[in-house]
Amino acid sequence: MAGAAVLGRLIWRVAEVVDVVAETARVKTVGFDVPDWPGHLPGQHVDVRLTADDGYQAQRSYSIASAPDRARLDLTVERLDDGEVSPYLTEELQQGDQIELRGPVGGYFVWEPSRGGPLLLVAGGSGIVPLMAMLRHRAATGSDVPAILLFSSRGWEDVIYRDELEHLDGNGLSVVHTLTRSQPDGWRGYARRVDKDMLAEVGPSASEHPHVYVCGPTPFVEAAAEALVSLGHEPAQIRTERFGPTGG
Amino acid sequence: MDELMLDGNAAAGLLQEVFAVEVTTAVGTCDGCGAVDEVGAVRVYMGAGTVLRCPQCESILMKVVTDGQRVWIDMRGVRTLELRAGA
Repeated sequence: MAGAAVLGRLIWRVAEVVDVVAETARVKTVGFDVPDWPGHLPGQHVDVRLTADDGYQAQRSYSIASAPDRARLDLTVERLDDGEVSPYLTEELQQGDQIELRGPVGGYFVWEPSRGGPLLLVAGGSGIVPLMAMLRHRAATGSDVPAILLFSSRGWEDVIYRDELEHLDGNGLSVVHTLTRSQPDGWRGYARRVDKDMLAEVGPSASEHPHVYVCGPTPFVEAAAEALVSLGHEPAQIRTERFGPTGG
Repeated sequence: MDELMLDGNAAAGLLQEVFAVEVTTAVGTCDGCGAVDEVGAVRVYMGAGTVLRCPQCESILMKVVTDGQRVWIDMRGVRTLELRAGA
């Protein structure tokens, strides 16, 4: 059939860097212009492929940070010092540089306003990225689905998207931070790892049947998902996305 | 708990390459215990190849190995895989 796309077939595309913005000391957002980008859903990711001069290739997955409502594609990347790909993306890439990526991929860890709520988002560190795409899309579409974000970071300076989250807070979204390692003077919020008591206090309760999305390092996701199940949340309602220590 | 454990999302690109449709929302039945799960919810371990394990009984569902030119797929552990055509 002339002009019909082959459904689902992934192709590598050349993406050009539009800008690089520092989010925290270790985290940067790289904005890309991707010609003929087919669009994406909040929560999906892309595969990034780097090729060295000798032909060696390294490939990693990164969640898309931007909402589908924007023309550009933003990836927020945490630098892992012994990583193969993240140091290049965060330290070397400059405006006008090109890399290869393919996507969007995934469909399981996706939320759209039409799926309803309430929404409970639980993020550990850079696990915020796919959840941020959901919150940005929720705001851009004027969705009134009630949402709670429980966001665990090491310290106040490590909170990714801190100012934007403060701005988004309200309009049915409640942002709750926990700072696990250091807290600013006068901090009144949570100061420990996410646990069952914290999840029970932050809500919503299992009886409200929230759609739950948990993203972060594997141990973080395991602990949060276990606590949620013990609070009575249906395992099928808890969607998780883990990233391992070798993810960089 | 194994810190290297990932989930089906991590294999989304590889599986879409193999099946040419989005696979993380496909529903698989474990041949070991009969559990039914979306592929996005299964356990994934990545090394020289990619191994998918049942989140209920930890049996191996699928093994995928690629050398960039060819792909080997062992699906002995999957009784059925329900894919949405055109997804």
